[in-house]
Amino acid sequence: MTTDLYKTLVDLIIVQAEELNEGLKIQIDVAAGENAALFGEGGVLKSIELVNLIVAVEQAVEDKFDLFLTLADEKAMSQKKSPFRTIGALAAYIEKRMQEEE
Amino acid sequence: MTTILTENIAPVTLITGTSRGIGRFLANHYLEQGHKVIGCSRKPADWANPNYDHHIADVTQESDVKLVLKSIRTKYGRLDNLINNAGIAAMNHLLLTPTSVVENVFNTNVVGTFLFCRESARLMKKNNFGRIVNFSTVAVPLKLEGEAVYAASKAAVVCLTQIASREFAEFGITVNAVGPTPIQTDLIAGVSEDKIQALINRQALHRLGTFEDVANVIDFFIKKESNFITGQVVMLGGV
Repeated sequence: MTTDLYKTLVDLIIVQAEELNEGLKIQIDVAAGENAALFGEGGVLKSIELVNLIVAVEQAVEDKFDLFLTLADEKAMSQKKSPFRTIGALAAYIEKRMQEEE
Repeated sequence: MTTILTENIAPVTLITGTSRGIGRFLANHYLEQGHKVIGCSRKPADWANPNYDHHIADVTQESDVKLVLKSIRTKYGRLDNLINNAGIAAMNHLLLTPTSVVENVFNTNVVGTFLFCRESARLMKKNNFGRIVNFSTVAVPLKLEGEAVYAASKAAVVCLTQIASREFAEFGITVNAVGPTPIQTDLIAGVSEDKIQALINRQALHRLGTFEDVANVIDFFIKKESNFITGQVVMLGGV
Protein backbone atom coordinates (compact mmCIF):
# COMPACT_ATOMS: atom_id res chain seq x y z
CA MET A 1 0.00 0.00 0.00
CA THR A 2 1.45 3.34 -0.94
CA THR A 3 1.08 6.21 1.48
CA ASP A 4 0.87 9.95 0.88
CA LEU A 5 4.35 10.27 2.38
CA TYR A 6 5.71 7.72 -0.10
CA LYS A 7 4.18 9.63 -3.03
CA THR A 8 5.59 12.90 -1.68
CA LEU A 9 9.03 11.32 -1.42
CA VAL A 10 8.84 9.91 -4.96
CA ASP A 11 8.00 13.41 -6.23
CA LEU A 12 10.82 14.89 -4.16
CA ILE A 13 13.35 12.42 -5.59
CA ILE A 14 12.10 13.01 -9.14
CA VAL A 15 12.75 16.75 -8.77
CA GLN A 16 16.32 16.05 -7.65
CA ALA A 17 16.78 13.43 -10.40
CA GLU A 18 15.65 15.93 -13.03
CA GLU A 19 18.19 18.44 -11.77
CA LEU A 20 20.93 15.80 -11.78
CA ASN A 21 19.90 14.71 -15.30
CA GLU A 22 20.98 18.08 -16.69
CA GLY A 23 24.60 17.03 -16.23
CA LEU A 24 24.23 13.37 -17.22
CA LYS A 25 25.00 11.75 -20.58
CA ILE A 26 22.86 8.74 -19.74
CA GLN A 27 19.89 10.12 -17.84
CA ILE A 28 17.58 8.72 -15.19
CA ASP A 29 14.27 7.82 -16.87
CA VAL A 30 12.18 10.05 -14.64
CA ALA A 31 9.12 9.41 -16.84
CA ALA A 32 9.08 5.90 -15.35
CA GLY A 33 8.35 7.49 -11.97
CA GLU A 34 8.89 5.18 -9.02
CA ASN A 35 10.18 2.45 -11.34
CA ALA A 36 13.02 4.58 -12.70
CA ALA A 37 16.28 2.68 -12.25
CA LEU A 38 19.04 4.46 -10.38
CA PHE A 39 22.02 2.35 -9.35
CA GLY A 40 23.06 -1.27 -9.68
CA GLU A 41 21.37 -3.70 -12.04
CA GLY A 42 19.73 -1.76 -14.87
CA GLY A 43 20.70 1.52 -13.21
CA VAL A 44 22.18 4.43 -15.10
CA LEU A 45 24.16 6.18 -12.37
CA LYS A 46 27.89 5.92 -11.78
CA SER A 47 29.01 5.87 -8.14
CA ILE A 48 29.79 9.58 -7.97
CA GLU A 49 26.48 10.42 -9.65
CA LEU A 50 24.67 8.39 -6.99
CA VAL A 51 26.63 10.33 -4.34
CA ASN A 52 25.42 13.59 -5.88
CA LEU A 53 21.81 12.35 -5.96
CA ILE A 54 21.89 11.15 -2.34
CA VAL A 55 23.37 14.45 -1.15
CA ALA A 56 20.67 16.36 -3.04
CA VAL A 57 17.88 14.13 -1.72
CA GLU A 58 19.15 14.40 1.87
CA GLN A 59 19.18 18.18 1.48
CA ALA A 60 15.67 18.19 0.04
CA VAL A 61 14.39 16.00 2.89
CA GLU A 62 16.02 18.36 5.36
CA ASP A 63 14.38 21.39 3.72
CA LYS A 64 10.93 19.83 3.45
CA PHE A 65 10.70 17.93 6.73
CA ASP A 66 13.33 19.71 8.85
CA LEU A 67 14.90 16.31 9.41
CA PHE A 68 18.55 15.32 9.08
CA LEU A 69 18.89 11.87 7.53
CA THR A 70 22.10 10.13 6.54
CA LEU A 71 20.90 7.72 3.89
CA ALA A 72 24.06 5.89 2.83
CA ASP A 73 24.87 4.43 6.21
CA GLU A 74 25.42 0.87 7.35
CA LYS A 75 21.67 0.33 7.59
CA ALA A 76 21.33 1.05 3.87
CA MET A 77 24.30 -1.13 2.98
CA SER A 78 22.96 -4.05 4.99
CA GLN A 79 19.61 -4.18 3.19
CA LYS A 80 19.08 -7.37 1.20
CA LYS A 81 17.87 -5.28 -1.70
CA SER A 82 19.71 -2.01 -2.26
CA PRO A 83 17.55 1.02 -1.43
CA PHE A 84 19.29 2.83 -4.28
CA ARG A 85 18.10 0.57 -7.10
CA THR A 86 15.05 2.63 -8.11
CA ILE A 87 13.34 5.89 -7.21
CA GLY A 88 10.57 3.88 -5.54
CA ALA A 89 13.01 1.80 -3.49
CA LEU A 90 14.74 4.97 -2.30
CA ALA A 91 11.41 6.61 -1.41
CA ALA A 92 10.35 3.52 0.56
CA TYR A 93 13.68 3.45 2.36
CA ILE A 94 13.46 7.14 3.31
CA GLU A 95 9.87 6.61 4.52
CA LYS A 96 11.03 3.71 6.69
CA ARG A 97 13.90 5.76 8.11
CA MET A 98 11.59 8.68 8.82
CA GLN A 99 9.21 6.40 10.72
CA GLU A 100 12.15 5.10 12.77
CA GLU A 101 13.12 8.68 13.64
CA GLU A 102 9.66 9.48 15.03
CA MET B 1 28.41 25.35 -13.61
CA THR B 2 30.06 28.65 -12.83
CA THR B 3 31.45 29.93 -9.59
CA ILE B 4 29.52 32.61 -7.76
CA LEU B 5 32.68 33.96 -6.15
CA THR B 6 33.50 37.22 -7.89
CA GLU B 7 35.43 40.33 -7.04
CA ASN B 8 32.20 42.04 -6.01
CA ILE B 9 30.79 39.50 -3.59
CA ALA B 10 32.20 39.20 -0.09
CA PRO B 11 33.56 35.68 0.50
CA VAL B 12 31.67 33.66 3.10
CA THR B 13 34.15 32.10 5.52
CA LEU B 14 33.42 29.58 8.27
CA ILE B 15 36.00 29.27 11.04
CA THR B 16 35.70 26.78 13.89
CA GLY B 17 36.92 27.53 17.41
CA THR B 18 36.63 31.31 17.22
CA SER B 19 36.11 32.21 20.87
CA ARG B 20 39.84 32.63 21.49
CA GLY B 21 43.38 32.05 20.24
CA ILE B 22 44.12 31.53 16.56
CA GLY B 23 40.45 31.13 15.65
CA ARG B 24 39.55 34.50 17.08
CA PHE B 25 42.55 36.09 15.37
CA LEU B 26 41.60 34.52 12.02
CA ALA B 27 37.99 35.66 12.34
CA ASN B 28 39.16 39.27 12.76
CA HIS B 29 41.78 38.83 10.04
CA TYR B 30 39.16 37.83 7.47
CA LEU B 31 36.61 40.36 8.70
CA GLU B 32 39.24 43.03 8.03
CA GLN B 33 39.51 41.66 4.49
CA GLY B 34 35.77 42.11 3.97
CA HIS B 35 34.65 38.50 4.43
CA LYS B 36 31.35 37.48 5.95
CA VAL B 37 32.58 35.31 8.81
CA ILE B 38 30.71 32.60 10.65
CA GLY B 39 32.34 31.18 13.73
CA CYS B 40 31.55 28.65 16.39
CA SER B 41 32.73 27.48 19.76
CA ARG B 42 31.28 25.68 22.75
CA LYS B 43 30.90 28.99 24.58
CA PRO B 44 29.39 32.31 23.52
CA ALA B 45 31.83 34.76 21.95
CA ASP B 46 32.69 37.75 24.08
CA TRP B 47 33.20 39.88 20.98
CA ALA B 48 30.99 40.94 18.10
CA ASN B 49 31.08 42.39 14.59
CA PRO B 50 28.21 43.22 12.19
CA ASN B 51 29.68 40.82 9.63
CA TYR B 52 30.22 38.01 12.12
CA ASP B 53 27.73 35.34 13.17
CA HIS B 54 28.61 33.21 16.17
CA HIS B 55 27.14 29.78 16.85
CA ILE B 56 27.43 27.83 20.05
CA ALA B 57 28.27 24.40 18.76
CA ASP B 58 30.15 21.29 19.78
CA VAL B 59 32.20 20.27 16.73
CA THR B 60 31.95 16.63 17.74
CA GLN B 61 28.14 16.64 17.48
CA GLU B 62 26.77 15.96 14.01
CA SER B 63 23.50 17.77 14.73
CA ASP B 64 25.32 20.92 15.90
CA VAL B 65 27.49 20.97 12.79
CA LYS B 66 24.48 20.46 10.53
CA LEU B 67 22.67 23.35 12.20
CA VAL B 68 25.63 25.68 11.66
CA LEU B 69 25.73 24.80 7.97
CA LYS B 70 21.97 25.04 7.64
CA SER B 71 22.06 28.59 8.98
CA ILE B 72 24.81 29.51 6.49
CA ARG B 73 22.81 27.98 3.63
CA THR B 74 19.71 29.88 4.70
CA LYS B 75 21.44 33.23 5.19
CA TYR B 76 24.08 33.23 2.42
CA GLY B 77 23.18 30.31 0.14
CA ARG B 78 26.84 29.47 -0.24
CA LEU B 79 30.14 28.91 1.54
CA ASP B 80 33.51 29.81 0.06
CA ASN B 81 36.01 28.98 2.79
CA LEU B 82 36.16 26.59 5.72
CA ILE B 83 38.98 26.97 8.24
CA ASN B 84 38.89 23.92 10.50
CA ASN B 85 40.73 25.45 13.43
CA ALA B 86 38.97 23.94 16.46
CA GLY B 87 41.22 21.48 18.20
CA ILE B 88 42.42 20.27 21.56
CA ALA B 89 45.81 19.04 22.70
CA ALA B 90 46.82 16.49 25.30
CA MET B 91 50.32 15.92 26.54
CA ASN B 92 51.15 12.92 28.62
CA HIS B 93 53.27 9.81 28.56
CA LEU B 94 51.43 7.16 26.60
CA LEU B 95 51.57 4.81 29.59
CA LEU B 96 49.66 7.35 31.66
CA THR B 97 47.11 8.51 29.08
CA PRO B 98 43.49 7.73 29.98
CA THR B 99 41.25 6.33 27.25
CA SER B 100 38.83 9.20 27.80
CA VAL B 101 41.57 11.62 26.71
CA VAL B 102 42.15 9.64 23.51
CA GLU B 103 38.43 9.71 22.76
CA ASN B 104 38.14 13.45 23.46
CA VAL B 105 41.14 14.35 21.35
CA PHE B 106 40.08 12.19 18.40
CA ASN B 107 36.48 13.34 18.61
CA THR B 108 37.40 17.01 18.48
CA ASN B 109 40.38 16.89 16.13
CA VAL B 110 39.35 14.13 13.74
CA VAL B 111 35.57 13.72 13.96
CA GLY B 112 35.07 17.50 14.21
CA THR B 113 37.28 18.16 11.20
CA PHE B 114 35.54 15.39 9.25
CA LEU B 115 32.04 16.65 10.04
CA PHE B 116 32.80 20.22 8.98
CA CYS B 117 34.57 19.00 5.82
CA ARG B 118 31.58 16.85 4.86
CA GLU B 119 28.85 19.34 5.61
CA SER B 120 30.75 22.31 4.16
CA ALA B 121 31.61 20.48 0.95
CA ARG B 122 27.92 19.69 0.45
CA LEU B 123 27.22 23.42 0.37
CA MET B 124 30.39 24.37 -1.53
CA LYS B 125 29.71 21.90 -4.35
CA LYS B 126 26.57 23.80 -5.32
CA ASN B 127 28.83 26.63 -6.58
CA ASN B 128 31.56 24.34 -7.81
CA PHE B 129 33.93 26.31 -5.60
CA GLY B 130 35.38 25.89 -2.15
CA ARG B 131 38.51 26.19 -0.06
CA ILE B 132 39.01 23.99 2.99
CA VAL B 133 41.98 24.45 5.30
CA ASN B 134 42.55 21.91 8.06
CA PHE B 135 44.92 22.12 11.00
CA SER B 136 47.72 19.63 11.57
CA THR B 137 50.85 20.27 13.66
CA VAL B 138 54.63 20.01 13.50
CA ALA B 139 54.28 17.38 16.23
CA VAL B 140 53.39 14.92 13.43
CA PRO B 141 56.68 15.02 11.47
CA LEU B 142 58.73 15.68 14.64
CA LYS B 143 57.26 12.58 16.37
CA LEU B 144 57.23 14.40 19.70
CA GLU B 145 57.39 12.26 22.82
CA GLY B 146 54.49 12.97 25.13
CA GLU B 147 52.21 13.90 22.26
CA ALA B 148 51.38 10.47 20.84
CA VAL B 149 47.62 10.93 20.99
CA TYR B 150 47.58 14.56 19.86
CA ALA B 151 50.03 13.90 17.02
CA ALA B 152 48.18 10.73 15.97
CA SER B 153 44.94 12.69 15.71
CA LYS B 154 46.67 15.38 13.65
CA ALA B 155 48.28 12.72 11.43
CA ALA B 156 44.74 11.50 10.80
CA VAL B 157 43.83 15.07 9.80
CA VAL B 158 46.66 15.01 7.23
CA CYS B 159 45.35 11.77 5.73
CA LEU B 160 41.78 13.07 5.78
CA THR B 161 42.97 16.24 4.03
CA GLN B 162 44.85 14.39 1.32
CA ILE B 163 42.07 11.96 0.48
CA ALA B 164 39.34 14.61 0.72
CA SER B 165 41.36 16.72 -1.71
CA ARG B 166 41.01 13.95 -4.28
CA GLU B 167 37.35 13.23 -3.59
CA PHE B 168 36.36 16.92 -3.63
CA ALA B 169 38.51 17.91 -6.62
CA GLU B 170 35.72 17.42 -9.12
CA PHE B 171 33.54 19.84 -7.16
CA GLY B 172 36.08 22.68 -7.45
CA ILE B 173 36.92 22.34 -3.77
CA THR B 174 40.54 22.36 -2.63
CA VAL B 175 41.56 20.83 0.70
CA ASN B 176 44.88 21.70 2.30
CA ALA B 177 46.38 21.75 5.77
CA VAL B 178 48.66 23.98 7.77
CA GLY B 179 50.94 22.63 10.48
CA PRO B 180 51.71 25.30 13.06
CA THR B 181 54.73 25.26 15.35
CA PRO B 182 54.12 26.06 19.01
CA ILE B 183 52.44 29.45 19.34
CA GLN B 184 51.91 31.24 22.62
CA THR B 185 48.30 30.12 23.13
CA ASP B 186 46.34 28.24 25.76
CA LEU B 187 47.20 25.04 23.88
CA ILE B 188 50.79 25.11 25.16
CA ALA B 189 50.12 26.93 28.43
CA GLY B 190 50.89 23.84 30.49
CA VAL B 191 54.14 22.92 28.73
CA SER B 192 57.46 23.76 30.36
CA GLU B 193 59.74 26.38 28.77
CA ASP B 194 62.53 23.81 28.44
CA LYS B 195 60.33 21.48 26.43
CA ILE B 196 59.14 24.29 24.14
CA GLN B 197 62.74 25.45 23.61
CA ALA B 198 63.85 21.90 22.78
CA LEU B 199 61.05 21.70 20.24
CA ILE B 200 61.93 25.08 18.71
CA ASN B 201 65.54 23.93 18.39
CA ARG B 202 64.38 21.14 16.08
CA GLN B 203 62.83 23.66 13.70
CA ALA B 204 64.95 25.18 10.90
CA LEU B 205 63.78 28.59 12.11
CA HIS B 206 64.26 28.82 15.88
CA ARG B 207 61.35 30.83 17.22
CA LEU B 208 57.76 30.44 18.36
CA GLY B 209 55.19 30.82 15.61
CA THR B 210 52.73 33.69 15.45
CA PHE B 211 49.09 33.95 14.47
CA GLU B 212 50.25 35.95 11.44
CA ASP B 213 52.45 33.02 10.31
CA VAL B 214 49.39 30.76 10.28
CA ALA B 215 47.16 33.35 8.58
CA ASN B 216 49.78 33.81 5.87
CA VAL B 217 49.56 30.15 4.83
CA ILE B 218 45.77 30.18 4.95
CA ASP B 219 45.68 33.38 2.87
CA PHE B 220 47.62 31.49 0.19
CA PHE B 221 45.44 28.37 0.32
CA ILE B 222 42.14 30.27 0.04
CA LYS B 223 43.16 32.63 -2.77
CA LYS B 224 41.01 31.95 -5.79
CA GLU B 225 44.24 31.71 -7.81
CA SER B 226 45.22 28.70 -5.64
CA ASN B 227 42.81 26.49 -7.57
CA PHE B 228 45.70 24.18 -8.56
CA ILE B 229 46.90 23.73 -4.97
CA THR B 230 45.24 20.84 -3.14
CA GLY B 231 46.14 17.96 -0.82
CA GLN B 232 49.13 19.94 0.47
CA VAL B 233 50.38 20.23 4.03
CA VAL B 234 52.56 23.22 4.88
CA MET B 235 54.52 22.79 8.09
CA LEU B 236 55.72 26.08 9.56
CA GLY B 237 59.18 26.85 10.91
CA GLY B 238 61.02 24.71 8.40
CA VAL B 239 60.00 21.41 9.94
